[in-house]
Amino acid sequence: MLAYAIRRLGQSAFVLVVMSFLVFIGVFAIGNPVELLVNPQADQVERDRAAAALGLDQPLATQYGTFLKRAASGDLGRSFVYNVPAIRLILERLPATLELALAATFLAVLMGIPLGLYAGLKPDSPFARGIMAGSILGFSLPTFWVGLVLIMVFSVQLGWLPPNGRGETVEVLGVPVSFLTRDGLAHLVMPALNLALFKLSLLVRLTRAGTREAVLQDYVKFARAKGLPMRRVIGVHVLKNILVPIVTVIGLELGSVIAFAIVTESIFAWPGTGKLLIDSINQLDRPVIVAYLLVIVTIFIAINFLVDVVYSVLDPRVRPGTAAAH
Amino acid sequence: MGVVADSTPVVSSPAAEVESPWRRVASEFVRSRLAVAGLVLLAIAVVLALAAPWLSPQNPYDLAQLDVMDSKLPPGASASATSRTYWLGTDDQGRDMLSGILYGLRISLTVGVTSTVIALAIGLALGLTAAYFGGWADAAIMRLADIQLSFPSILIALILLAILGQGVDKIIVALVTVQWAYYARTVRSAAMVERQKEYVEAARALALSRMRIVFRHLLPNCMPPLIVVATVQVAHAISLEATLSFLGLGLPITEPSLGLLIANGYQYLLSGKYWISFYPGVALLLTIVAINLVADQLRDILNPRLRK
Repeated sequence: MLAYAIRRLGQSAFVLVVMSFLVFIGVFAIGNPVELLVNPQADQVERDRAAAALGLDQPLATQYGTFLKRAASGDLGRSFVYNVPAIRLILERLPATLELALAATFLAVLMGIPLGLYAGLKPDSPFARGIMAGSILGFSLPTFWVGLVLIMVFSVQLGWLPPNGRGETVEVLGVPVSFLTRDGLAHLVMPALNLALFKLSLLVRLTRAGTREAVLQDYVKFARAKGLPMRRVIGVHVLKNILVPIVTVIGLELGSVIAFAIVTESIFAWPGTGKLLIDSINQLDRPVIVAYLLVIVTIFIAINFLVDVVYSVLDPRVRPGTAAAH
Repeated sequence: MGVVADSTPVVSSPAAEVESPWRRVASEFVRSRLAVAGLVLLAIAVVLALAAPWLSPQNPYDLAQLDVMDSKLPPGASASATSRTYWLGTDDQGRDMLSGILYGLRISLTVGVTSTVIALAIGLALGLTAAYFGGWADAAIMRLADIQLSFPSILIALILLAILGQGVDKIIVALVTVQWAYYARTVRSAAMVERQKEYVEAARALALSRMRIVFRHLLPNCMPPLIVVATVQVAHAISLEATLSFLGLGLPITEPSLGLLIANGYQYLLSGKYWISFYPGVALLLTIVAINLVADQLRDILNPRLRK
């Protein structure tokens, strides 16, 4: 078990190095790095000084080494726009993104598993068909357009919910959160629902498929033959057995929720890292872009690592030896 | 199982010895009404996109034809200078939305199909190489695909566009980059199964060249799953391009795709001028749903496990 975790950690470190190299090549080697890293308004003298300061006369390998060393100590440059360290900007915005991502995941689980269970237990009922049709739509609808329609209906037409911003926040352990105030919650509902829609469709389909397989198994037939109430059969026997793949997918999808938050945050003007990224791209604030990419890639690799290790604890079949076949 | 080995005899007419695979696919496809509806919708979208220059009431890119006096008119309003009716309203520059949508559809479909075809070609070549030669080539190509697929496509596309900048060519590069791995994986797993089969052994025994075996024997039998993946990916590519353009990272403003039209109308949404965003969105949505319906049915037909 420990050996597996260590080997998996090695893989993660390798992917992190590869990704950092790609980001490095992309930002520093393609195009003119001085253009990328110096304020566009700077004059020629300042540019030359910056080029020397950045060590651009060094060979590429040396430059990459310096870049890695600085990145490891948290120095990813200063934002041109805000004139603060880029990494600090990202970390300040991270709680908002994480709150949105977790709220979306929570909504997807809260609705997706019961709906999927129902669709799996009564696959031929009209409601179940409706659920499945809805899930196809959920896959097809582009996230940003759903967000627009939500704003159009609930903010413009009905005037129930605020269209943008994060609302009133309160500090919990020094981290500002929205979901504890009435105003913040009203701001959170629409973006979270928007972000949840795709995962919701995925969870409905997964749960339904798992349930349909599980109800045909002997242990479920036996439990029912014992005369256990249906509630117990479903709640304990069925749910317990379909939960392992579902939990894995929820974990793996958390990363993609954070990535898709870029879109949702842009629509609802949610002050998270995704909106910061888009703003930075539009304002050519390169250090912030690089910092965002490195942080998000690290988060991704960490999530993938944790899910793999947790999965191997839950399901002994994927442990060492068989890991390669997986 | 695949195209070559399929030899279901047609019972009724002795003249036709073997039912052609295309006819089998067609006859099974029409069994789902929903899929046929999707196909019809898709055909309409393609025709509209191809014929956009002849169908649209005005050329939305020709500034001389735009009248700023007509900006942000609601659907059904008539033009101030001429008696023409703007059926879907106008945008902030007085552009007829219907014309804008037809041209936008043209760009969205072109970008989606072009990137899919290029990604398919690259994925096919790499997947076949991996499957046929194995060894380090296989390991290198598949590890690369694994790493890439562990990140969401939108993130990879965003990184690329942040580096490359805007433009049709750049967005196609980004879309090809996020797509090739799907094809490489699919074709590799199909080819791994196929190469174990007797017809490949027979072809080897006949001392046919490697190239001939790969392209004339292996490839046609790997096509069914590839067709399914390619159909799904076209929808995915169109959706992704729209999202990137909406975020302002995809296409330049001079060539607005559907996503860019939606982005353009977004700023007027809060003041109740819904049509500038809404109708391009409907066009985008119908196109994507149509492709997904067709893809769903193709998946059922071409899946050997579901075949009777």
